[in-house]
Amino acid sequence: MSMPFYVSPEQMMKDRADYARKGIARGRALVALQTPSCIVIVAENPSTTLRKVSEIYDHIAFAGVGKYNEFDQLRVAGVRAAELRGYHYSRNDVDARSLANQYAQVLGEVFSTSGPKPLEVELLVAEVGDAPEHDRLFHILYDGTLLDEKRFCALGGDAEGITKRLESTYRDDLELAKAIKVAVAALSGPDRNVAAADLEVATLARDGRRRSFARITDDAVTAALR
Amino acid sequence: MTMPRFAAGDDPGASFPDLLRKLGIDPFPAAALRGEIGRIDSLRGTDTVIPHATTCLALTYDGGVVMAGDRRATMGNLISTRSVEKVVPADDLSGVAIAGTAGLAMEMIKLFQLQLEYYEKVEGQSLSLEGKANQLSMMVRSNMPAAMQGLSVVPLFAGFDPLVGRGRLWDFDITGGRYEERDFVAIGSGSTLASTVLRVGWRTNITREAAVELAARALWEASDADIATGGPDILRGIYPIVASIDSAGWNRVGDDALAAIFDTIMREVRSR
Repeated sequence: MSMPFYVSPEQMMKDRADYARKGIARGRALVALQTPSCIVIVAENPSTTLRKVSEIYDHIAFAGVGKYNEFDQLRVAGVRAAELRGYHYSRNDVDARSLANQYAQVLGEVFSTSGPKPLEVELLVAEVGDAPEHDRLFHILYDGTLLDEKRFCALGGDAEGITKRLESTYRDDLELAKAIKVAVAALSGPDRNVAAADLEVATLARDGRRRSFARITDDAVTAALR
Repeated sequence: MTMPRFAAGDDPGASFPDLLRKLGIDPFPAAALRGEIGRIDSLRGTDTVIPHATTCLALTYDGGVVMAGDRRATMGNLISTRSVEKVVPADDLSGVAIAGTAGLAMEMIKLFQLQLEYYEKVEGQSLSLEGKANQLSMMVRSNMPAAMQGLSVVPLFAGFDPLVGRGRLWDFDITGGRYEERDFVAIGSGSTLASTVLRVGWRTNITREAAVELAARALWEASDADIATGGPDILRGIYPIVASIDSAGWNRVGDDALAAIFDTIMREVRSR
């Protein structure tokens, strides 16, 4: 019988983290911003059919970066978890916190124990409230780390650079068009331009309607960027 | 509650009832329920009476469909509810109305609305109108064991079909049989009375206003001769539900407008 190579737990976790981080950094980033009228999510995404941002429940949206097939499976699992909860109890009992915890649990488990490889994804679970202070922005990392963010958050490759840019440009009184402009400027950085066709923009509107989620058309994005 | 995850070959896809079944939850448990009620009844020598919802109708007009239903649910010879809503939007462009066992009907409506939205979110696009009608037919069929024991649920489905640019409507039988009607249809205990009024009054391409008025008249005549159908309850200010669906979606007719229409009808009856 051959002896397996010894790998220290520290080394194994580090290797897994490096693997996941590299996979995520290959993809394009996205940002979410709180505004007085909505939460706006802006993702760099050249595809018009493979979505990074989508609706989970009445006031809850999902966004993912990294490997599409992995975060899309997690998106569907989230829709299911939310709908099942609403079906068993009430629509009012579905909240982003519980959903974010469930995602953190799944990612943490795959990262540290069950999976042959960690999932190469980072997720955002956003929930719009009746006022900005009741909004929720949960950012879940590949290893299940759960972050409760305020004002704005950036996911994916170069998230640090994007966050740094947003810190100087973000204000909490931005109207939607201005917020889109700020988000796109932060995503693209000083050296390049991103066209509306390469962007996916969606909002969770704070308008009291049951389904808050809406996609913003390319035309409206172009107008906002002008 | 943990997040439901499935292996690739085991995934229930965009069907919410299938998801429930995978998790060991029977979305249509009524057959077992009825067996139990029957057993207790035979021991007690009684017959348990379960609330029933009654007359609903739908008709097409130029640009869409009008759906309407009275507000009464009955338990044998008693009125169990005066303000039940048996005509509801199914999603943006369609509505569903239900006659039959009220409890099961409400549950079926809830599951149907949920299924349409669930499909839209999982697949990223809505079902076609015909696909929605088909889904409803499958739900009615799933309820057939209960229907055979007297707990039937018979829905009516109508909506605006953007693929053909007009309103369409369907009725169903307890086996899940799905029948597209061209002009109008009525279901429930007062349906023969209501559809006679519709048959006499319906015209090709009538306006929305005329269709709303015709629907109100049909419900009036049904409630006038069928005790299980409720008329306008002027004393309590409860009026039937009448709504139109066109390319812009669901639009419920306000109680004030209905009060005016019923007022006219009543004046006509008085002067007969």
